[in-house]
Amino acid sequence: MAHTVEPSSGPDHDYTTTGINHRKLLMWVFLGSDCLFFGALIATYMVYRGQSLNGPYPIDIIDVPLTTISTFVLLCSSFGMVQALAATVRNDQKAIQIWLLATAAMGAVFIGFQIYEFNAFKNEGLTLGVNLFGASFFTLTGFHGAHVTLGIIWLLGLFFAARKGRLGPATSLDVEIMGLYWHFVDIVWIVIFTLLYLIAGFDTGPSAPPGG
Amino acid sequence: MAAITAVLARPTTYAGVWGWMTTVDHKRIGVLYGVSALVLMLIAGIEAGVIRVQLAQPDTGIIGGDRFNQMFTMHATVMVFMVIMPLGAAFFNFVVPLAIGARDVAFPRLNALSYWLFLFGAILFHVSFFVDEVPDAGWFSYANLTEKPFSVNSGLDFWSLSLLVLGTSSVAAALNFIVTIINLRAPGMSLMRMPVFIWMTLITSILLVLAFPVITVGLIELTMDRNFGTNFFIPSAGGDPVLWQHLFWVFGHPEVYILILPAMGIVSEVLPTFSKKPLFGYPFIIFSGIVIGMMGWAVWSHHMFTVGLGPIANSAFTITTMLIAVPTGVKIFNWIGTMWGGSIEFKTPMLFSLGFITLFIIGGLSGVSHAVSPSDFQQQDTYYIVAHLHYVLFGGSIFGLFAGLYYWFPKLTGRMYEEKWGKINFWLMFIGMNLTFFPMHFVGMNGMPRRIYTYASEFGWGDFNMLSSLGYIVIFLGMIAFVITIVRALRHGERAGHDPWDAPGLEWSISSPPPDYNFATIPQVEGLDHYWIVKARAKADGQDRVPAEPHVDPSTIHMPSPSYWPIWIAAGTALIAGGILSHFALSFVGGVFAMIGIIGWTNEPATAPDAHHGSQH
Repeated sequence: MAHTVEPSSGPDHDYTTTGINHRKLLMWVFLGSDCLFFGALIATYMVYRGQSLNGPYPIDIIDVPLTTISTFVLLCSSFGMVQALAATVRNDQKAIQIWLLATAAMGAVFIGFQIYEFNAFKNEGLTLGVNLFGASFFTLTGFHGAHVTLGIIWLLGLFFAARKGRLGPATSLDVEIMGLYWHFVDIVWIVIFTLLYLIAGFDTGPSAPPGG
Repeated sequence: MAAITAVLARPTTYAGVWGWMTTVDHKRIGVLYGVSALVLMLIAGIEAGVIRVQLAQPDTGIIGGDRFNQMFTMHATVMVFMVIMPLGAAFFNFVVPLAIGARDVAFPRLNALSYWLFLFGAILFHVSFFVDEVPDAGWFSYANLTEKPFSVNSGLDFWSLSLLVLGTSSVAAALNFIVTIINLRAPGMSLMRMPVFIWMTLITSILLVLAFPVITVGLIELTMDRNFGTNFFIPSAGGDPVLWQHLFWVFGHPEVYILILPAMGIVSEVLPTFSKKPLFGYPFIIFSGIVIGMMGWAVWSHHMFTVGLGPIANSAFTITTMLIAVPTGVKIFNWIGTMWGGSIEFKTPMLFSLGFITLFIIGGLSGVSHAVSPSDFQQQDTYYIVAHLHYVLFGGSIFGLFAGLYYWFPKLTGRMYEEKWGKINFWLMFIGMNLTFFPMHFVGMNGMPRRIYTYASEFGWGDFNMLSSLGYIVIFLGMIAFVITIVRALRHGERAGHDPWDAPGLEWSISSPPPDYNFATIPQVEGLDHYWIVKARAKADGQDRVPAEPHVDPSTIHMPSPSYWPIWIAAGTALIAGGILSHFALSFVGGVFAMIGIIGWTNEPATAPDAHHGSQH
């Protein structure tokens, strides 16, 4: 029978039909899956928009300028991620560490803002159980925050790998796959920020907007 | 971190229980999935027996209403999530790498993790019996019946948390199979040369990856309602129970295709083999499968015709639901076309495939009858639906999966079962199945509702119900015949040879059972039905039979090494879920456990550099 691969020749476990690395493909498919996860959470929020029977309502507590700042920081972290990958590809060890750490730090700032915001909302009476706004808001943004937190841990893991000199052109895929995840989490936040803050952030009582 | 890896030195043995617990071999994981699913099938089957005993005669009180609710909830949930899906996964695991000419799946450790998550999720689910707080709100657990005032004990928490664990398992497995099928095909195996079963696995996996996050969100919201004080599905706080129904069925309808597509794939392998004729209209079967996979997303509200979504929504979903019957019909005609003019051998896998086609047509026809929303108003929540869903899930999925069990059994074990016993198994199941579920059409149209634990004799449903209960006994005898068939074959079955069916698939070109490395040399695929092409050429060259690929020294082939971490992380994850049920401290312990596992996993290369791979089963 015709054959192409010798039993023991070379690293045949690196062979892929499409030429795309397994892990990279896995990450893309996983992100597709995660789209549906956030999609369902966002759908819940939008269905319950304006359905809360009692306050606090979004207009009472949503602070658009504050969250604009944290949004800006999170979006800038994507730039850091791009720089980290570029540094890995050109094997600039110093820059890899700086940019990975900077990206993680910007993510941490975002999480810090979120913790502050959650705490402030709680003090103003918005809890998970007080109304549908609280339940759907905290669930959606909480799961997004969990994604960012996971990303920060992952970035720090990469940072320690970089300190040991394990990152470079040969392992740039490790950074690239992390980057796919990080950018995805950023993009999801753009959707959340637009919907929950810019559009629905000024919602008042139960009747507005009609139909929810 | 290094310390963790050092304490738990890499497992090197393949023997004994330890070998099975740390295995990353797709064939062994397939066996684990299959055996677990069959054991769970027995449990869920016994639950069905309790239901049938209770309903055999009118006005009986052998078990009370509460216990009855638990029985149908457990029966349905286990059959859907812990029998049919893992049986499908067993075939994905065993067959996919063999049929695409690969040595393993793309992520062997992730594959093992999927299995252990499934097992621990199933165990967690059944712990509910031991604490006697059993889920009792049906397999789709409609809100707000599932909320605290109506379901006080933690049965529903068992239900939602176990399904979260099982969902994680399914998504991880599906991600793995998507990457495996896209990325690990042997050279020459273009997409349109893939066996139909591989195509259906790919479509099923894509559906899984996209559908499960939706139910995950629903389950998270339900768990939060029950444990953390939210009001997602509580009407008195403005919550909308219909949102649960949407979330459930947006997942739930793709889910029914997740259950049936693998069976369709198996049947598409079996029919050509036993008709001695290539599959009729291969591209049509593939594209029908793709269309079913896509349209499966546009029909979910036909489960909700009586909710009151309004005439426009009901009409739209009536039309899409009737449309989705078209690609299904295309497949059935192609299967019939495959058999047309073939020299058909009525071996057991073929009989199960014919049973599949027959019963699935009946289930499909009753399905179309409630695709029409006005007619569905009559049928909703009656035994007519129960009849329909058992014809497509039992007559469809289970018969298709049994066809696969018999078809690949010689490849898996190297032994042949006895045709006589296989046929006894088939006929008992086929007769019992029709005896049990056909009468349900009549009592359903007569108005007998689902999920009632007893009924008055004046309704006149007693005779049909007795018939159904007798049918259950026949099915049960069929299952005993199945066990006998398998045990006899394992103990003294004849040696099967590498290609007992003269089959077209790549998996039949290697010895039975396959060696650990599957293929010593990765084959160059020459076309659809590759092995038939090879055998035809050999015949033209005057060679009567093609021998199996000879074994080579396994140490020359680098295979993924076994690992402790999959079972470790799965245990941690199950502890997290178990903690929400008992004490949050346990969740914390589970989290730490899983975290250690993840660190260990990432610090462990997929293949140990100095590993010896010369293992024997």
